[in-house]
Amino acid sequence: MTLRTPSPSHDHHDHDHGGATHEHDSLVVEDEVGNLLAQQMVDALLIRRGILSASEVTMEIQNLEAPGTHLGAKMVARAWLDSAYKQRLLRNGEDGAAELKIKIGEAQLVVVENTPTLHNVVVCTLCSCYPRSILGQPPSWYISTAYRARTVREPARVLGEFGLTLPLTTAICVHDSNADMRFLVLPMRPVGTEGMTEGELSQLVTRDSIIGVALVATPSR
Amino acid sequence: MNRVRFSVGDKALVADLRKPDHVRTPDYLIGHTGEVIQFCGYFLNPEDLSVGRTSGPMVPLYRIQFRMETLWRAPQRHPDDRLCIEIYDHWLIPAIETGSDF
Repeated sequence: MTLRTPSPSHDHHDHDHGGATHEHDSLVVEDEVGNLLAQQMVDALLIRRGILSASEVTMEIQNLEAPGTHLGAKMVARAWLDSAYKQRLLRNGEDGAAELKIKIGEAQLVVVENTPTLHNVVVCTLCSCYPRSILGQPPSWYISTAYRARTVREPARVLGEFGLTLPLTTAICVHDSNADMRFLVLPMRPVGTEGMTEGELSQLVTRDSIIGVALVATPSR
Repeated sequence: MNRVRFSVGDKALVADLRKPDHVRTPDYLIGHTGEVIQFCGYFLNPEDLSVGRTSGPMVPLYRIQFRMETLWRAPQRHPDDRLCIEIYDHWLIPAIETGSDF
């Protein structure tokens, strides 16, 4: 686990402080016998002083790691099927999530819609801001310095390396997510999905399509 | 509480504050002019929060969009390629419209 400073509205993980002078691709620091440094610090600072119990720490880790892509996928599938819901979701992401009983814990949620003429992709250049409430923990490439540095500089090339080549008629909007908003990309509904249920559609929606480095593929039948 | 200085559509220049602390404004935007696309609300300043000051003041936060073409001073694959980011109010200076920006 990583240590976090409690803050009312600004819930970041793994920050750089004072510019890009130090790397933090390594999220877990272990000593020579494999003890987690962060765990030892929590133990020393909070548990032994009676501020938190070990079970409370375990519970918090569970809460952090429980959400997964299925939550974001459900919101996308509902938006594809219900245009009034989609409009509400685009207007206010947290309200749209709350309608599906999904709580956005870490920040406010902005939903950006992909269209034939505009493709959205999300990056956090300064650290690893990510909509953890609806996608779980970020993939390792999302927190790599290469993805963070290059996505704002040469997004089309980065997307190409993910296997996504957009038509030249589609503009790219890069969202550098660093502060108090989190971003969900609403991907385009693929052709060949007519008549599918919300449950079936949500199975098609991938984590990468919600970050914006992939499209949702037409299901092969 | 600082007042909201910018409306959607306003142009704003990202200031070079040279702050050493926990800033959320990436260097690559310093000195660039963008367009305000959303007022996000009031938030505690992360530069305060990072050193344990949790009592405020709250600062306005905006979403700003920049043209990739002007940001990187190079032609892009599409003229509407853009970058959107949140910037806290004290990093922004009102700017006049220029031909090359939004």
